[in-house]
Amino acid sequence: MDEWLIEARDLRKSFGSQTALDGLQLQVPPGSIYGFLGKNGAGKTTTIELLLNIIKPDSGHASIFGVPITDVRRCAEVRRRIGFVSEDKGLYPYMTVGQIIRFTRPFFPAWRDDLERRYLEAFSLPLNKKVGDLSKGMGSKLMLLLAIARGADLLILDEPTDGLDPAAVDDVLRELVSIAASNGTTIFFSSHQLAEVEQIADHVCIIDRGKAVVTGALDELKAQYQRIQVVVDRELSSAVRWVDGVVRVRQEGRTLSLLVSRNVEAILAQIRSLPGASTEQFPVSLKDIFLETVRNN
Amino acid sequence: MILRLNPSSGIPLYLQLIEQIKHAIETEAIRAGEQLPSVRRMAEDLVINPNTVAKVFRELERTGVIEVRHGAGAYVRSSVVSRTKLMRKAQDIVGAAVDRLESMELTEDEVRRIVENDLASRRSKSGKK
Repeated sequence: MDEWLIEARDLRKSFGSQTALDGLQLQVPPGSIYGFLGKNGAGKTTTIELLLNIIKPDSGHASIFGVPITDVRRCAEVRRRIGFVSEDKGLYPYMTVGQIIRFTRPFFPAWRDDLERRYLEAFSLPLNKKVGDLSKGMGSKLMLLLAIARGADLLILDEPTDGLDPAAVDDVLRELVSIAASNGTTIFFSSHQLAEVEQIADHVCIIDRGKAVVTGALDELKAQYQRIQVVVDRELSSAVRWVDGVVRVRQEGRTLSLLVSRNVEAILAQIRSLPGASTEQFPVSLKDIFLETVRNN
Repeated sequence: MILRLNPSSGIPLYLQLIEQIKHAIETEAIRAGEQLPSVRRMAEDLVINPNTVAKVFRELERTGVIEVRHGAGAYVRSSVVSRTKLMRKAQDIVGAAVDRLESMELTEDEVRRIVENDLASRRSKSGKK
């Protein structure tokens, strides 16, 4: 097994004068639940379409299971190991749930009848209902069932919980955790819902304007990022603004708020050495990291 | 043992989970020799990443809180329970201190900040992470 299950190096893609991906780097460890975060239009769907070879990059490399995405010969073999759920759910509306399952099954030799039964029940999917008559939540769950039951080693999910009500979101997250726990399936999912990423992902990438701006293990990011609040006697803002590890500085009156991405102890020591400075240190949520790294760029 | 996590806080989930399991042992919600739920079960119940739970189990095993028997699950070690009495005593001390702080009209948030910052500055003074 390669070190990374999905790897992208310096991916670039433009549509006309619009730059969608601007040198994207991506490294997804096997067995991870990987949250791919970004605002609308940040390049999430473009990345997924490139990985699945639906569109071609202008330059750069990407591989899945160690196979380059441009390797036509082995492309089909790789695709069979991937379950994919897209934003616009491309299901035949005139088929019933039962028909579409019977229609999909023969394409995948590794089809898991046990998982099919399990998720039909877990998602309470009505076999005789037409796909076109399903609610949005039910449609998503059906797509997920079709992706999971093919016995995929990798699930690529484009906004799997988009438009679902909170109860349906919870169902989907619970089943994703369960599929990862029982089969070691790697799950790569895009989202702009920070709360759900924070709940189930162990690795994240924040993409902004076609570039990965924050990547890493979520636990490590939360340990590295800290907010330091300082009450100062005099102007200090310019002194700390350029210290290595300081991401952002805000000042209101005599209070200075620093978002720090590394070197927390060194920065604290430096501030404490200043006359009359009192410091407080706060943990930082993924939402804070997201807003501070994406908003003002 | 009832565990409650807050994924949206800035504290990494695995640290929250370690603290809560230790707390459950200290308050005897789970006792020496008793079995913890499996990694898979705990991940599904809490709807969190199974790798996070696995990391917690590794850390609890490394620090001698639990013993992982191959294929038979994870058990609370008897040696950790000796801290139960100590923790009860500590709880009394903290309780008395918080009573005094509250009588000085400090809010809950202020009390928490003072304690956390005191711990943080001790950490940075002793020079370790």
